[in-house]
Amino acid sequence: MAQTSVRAVAHHAPPQGFVRKYIFSVDHKVIGIQYLTLSLVAAFVGMALSWAMRVHLAWPDVRIPLLGWLSPAGAPGGVMTPEYYLSLMTMHGTIMAFFVLTAAPFAGFGNFMLPIHVGAADMAFPRLNMSSFWVTFVGFLLACATFFIPDGPPLSGWTAYAPLSAVGPVAGPGQGWGQNLWGLSIAMFCIASLLGALNFIVTTLDLRTKGLKLSRLPLATWGWFIDAWVSLLAFAVLLPTCLLLVLDRLGGTSFFIPGGLVFNDQLQPHSGGSPLLFQHLFWFFGHPEVYIIILPAFGIVSHIMPTFIRKPLVGGWKVITFSEIAVGTLSFVVWGHHMFVSGMSPYMAMVFSVPTLFITIPSIIAVLVWVFSLYGANIRFATPLLYSLGFISLFISGGIGGFFLAQPSTDSYLHATSFVVGHFHFTMGLSAIFATFAGFYYWFPKMFGRMMNEKLGKLHFWITFVGVYCIFMTMQLTGFAGAVRRYSALVDDFMIPLIPANRFMTVAALLTGAAQFIFLYNAIWSRFKGRKAPDNPWGATTLEWDTTSPPPFDNFGGRQLTVYHGPMEYDGEASVMQTSPEASVAGT
Amino acid sequence: MATTITEPPQIDLSLADYSGNDGGRNLVPAEGDLRASRDHPLEPARTGMWVTLGAITMSFAALTSALVVRQGVGMGWGHVTLPPVLFINTLVLLVSSVTLEFARRSLTRYAQGSESQMAVPMRWLGITLSLGLLFVAGQYMAWLRLKSEGLYLATNTNSSFFYVFTGVHAVHVLGGLAGLVYVMSKLHRLVLRRSTFAAAAQYWHFMDILWLYLLFLLWTKI
Ligand code: HEM
Ligand SMILES: [Cu+2]
Repeated sequence: MAQTSVRAVAHHAPPQGFVRKYIFSVDHKVIGIQYLTLSLVAAFVGMALSWAMRVHLAWPDVRIPLLGWLSPAGAPGGVMTPEYYLSLMTMHGTIMAFFVLTAAPFAGFGNFMLPIHVGAADMAFPRLNMSSFWVTFVGFLLACATFFIPDGPPLSGWTAYAPLSAVGPVAGPGQGWGQNLWGLSIAMFCIASLLGALNFIVTTLDLRTKGLKLSRLPLATWGWFIDAWVSLLAFAVLLPTCLLLVLDRLGGTSFFIPGGLVFNDQLQPHSGGSPLLFQHLFWFFGHPEVYIIILPAFGIVSHIMPTFIRKPLVGGWKVITFSEIAVGTLSFVVWGHHMFVSGMSPYMAMVFSVPTLFITIPSIIAVLVWVFSLYGANIRFATPLLYSLGFISLFISGGIGGFFLAQPSTDSYLHATSFVVGHFHFTMGLSAIFATFAGFYYWFPKMFGRMMNEKLGKLHFWITFVGVYCIFMTMQLTGFAGAVRRYSALVDDFMIPLIPANRFMTVAALLTGAAQFIFLYNAIWSRFKGRKAPDNPWGATTLEWDTTSPPPFDNFGGRQLTVYHGPMEYDGEASVMQTSPEASVAGT
Repeated sequence: MATTITEPPQIDLSLADYSGNDGGRNLVPAEGDLRASRDHPLEPARTGMWVTLGAITMSFAALTSALVVRQGVGMGWGHVTLPPVLFINTLVLLVSSVTLEFARRSLTRYAQGSESQMAVPMRWLGITLSLGLLFVAGQYMAWLRLKSEGLYLATNTNSSFFYVFTGVHAVHVLGGLAGLVYVMSKLHRLVLRRSTFAAAAQYWHFMDILWLYLLFLLWTKI
């Protein structure tokens, strides 16, 4: 078979025409930007929903005319019903957790950067890659469509606990077609994530350029690679779970619906199903999901920090990467800590509590790596670094809450209070958002060929950083005081004293949210009017900085790259590109 | 999105040392000559298939654990007798794996030049495809049989799981059939890569193993 006269062809030719180039594009860079744009839109939708909820919690009588227009039944005269509050909360959680936090740091930046990081011309399966995006897009449209159907959005929360989510319209507004669309939307998201994970894994394994051993992989790519595995195994469980849920709803089966169940005075025609089974399946996905959200953030922050502290991370690539692998692996054995008070056996609670405490060990190691790396560093405080440091701070603040939640005894008090909400907004929501911002400010020059405005970037950072602490620290404290999660009004005796704190959170949320328009303005303005970006504006060493800004269609203009170094060749002002045959400066 | 467009990269074969440095470029000759096609030691199609099978395994493991838990709850379990046609289907599916291996052999012989007729591997692929279709038709008959016994999706938990497992498996088999059609069309145009064939075949054999497992599961649990 060793024929010498093989004429190899490019594995896909540059696209022609607007539609092929920018819409149904197979170019991983375009797809990455499409994902980021989708997430940006989704983030603003999710934020608007959270504003509506917060305003209602603080001032229950205030009318929000837009809501009244959106759903005359859900918000008569612009004041939302308790059910509609739950619908807004469900869609806030769904849109944020899936279409923002899962999509942006992984699919968004990963798509754009991973093939470049490994020196490839594209992903291993470009057409699959394109379908991942479009399936995600349709999933997002379905989620949004729930607002416009007569039924309205579902109210069973982002966790869609059965039997509430399984019995159908009798369970309340939004539990008919709203919940069906929700199931379909999430199933599509699962399929898209599986295809995406497949591409990430194969590209990292097979398309690395010469000399790019795994030990030389950029740390962001490590994050995406590990994340892809977790994603693959977790979404493969959520997909059949969605199927069983939909069958209970539409096919009359009883997987999750117990017998003798009465909803709205109607006996449900089901028997023997297990609501606990749903929780087990959901959290078997759900806990890895929170790490699916955070692992790319680990990677992005570890990738960005060395550039701005001008030295390698403590422990080299190994310590941080192995703690990521440990976190990813352990995340599959702790799911029961979400179910301590679900009626599960208390012995099982113990069984899940122990690995939950174990998983904090690699998390803490990662945090220590980032913090100790700052020691003695010659730090350049650019916006991407500020956001990385913000990430570390928020991750610690939220992670500490995890210790209280990991004890079945303390959790039985804290579960279903706003303490949990504060905990996961810190660890998952904000940490991932901050890492996404870090990545955005860092890679914007590479993606669009223009620099973002640093002053606006720093302003955006400080307002957001202080703002989110005001919101979510307060939220954790009200949780200690007993504020119940998912209540639409503070009416019980013990909650009335918490009204001022809630007003404070609402004002902080409105201000912090408003500050996001600084970011939007900065991004749009810089995209067209920003200073032209050089190829390597930050003096970084990885492969994306070894090509033009933005990179050409095949990423390196047909150059064959050879990699000689790991990604953290920094020593103060000096640095060595991964592709440069010069001697190492960091001694790695 | 001001992505500049350049010419497609050409591969200088002296540089391509097959250490993973092909950047996703295809090694099939553009003019379509199967005998000149080269294989890369790290084939995305093969790696991708392993990864895909991992995800499918995970999904079926989840469904299995759902079955075990749900049966443990014990209520509304009911009884289902496996329709005998399932055993014939099993045989059909197993034979299809054998015919696919015949296709592989004749394809190798063809690529090496000791077999001059491309029609031979094509015929074996066609037979495999028909057997696959026969399997799906047989599963359909099994569903009709249950239906005639008054066992529908929602009749009892047992029948629910029967339909779920066989249905999800059948969907995956249809995917495998699509894969075979894809392989045949590539072969027809003489641009089939060995790794493409290998991936499709691996998937197909996996469907066999998966089916044997499911049959065993349904047989013991039902
Ligand atoms: C530092 C170690 C951590 C520990 C020990 C921990 C522990 C827990 C526990 C026990 C719960 C259940 C609380 C309850 O519902 O009563 C919980 C909830 C949650 N945690 Fe963590 N956690 C940790 C870090 C994280 C991280 C890093 C993330 C995200 C990236 C995260 C995201 C979440 C989410 C999303 C929930 C709530 C989901 C819901 O009920 O809607 N946690 N955590
Ligand atoms: Cu968890």
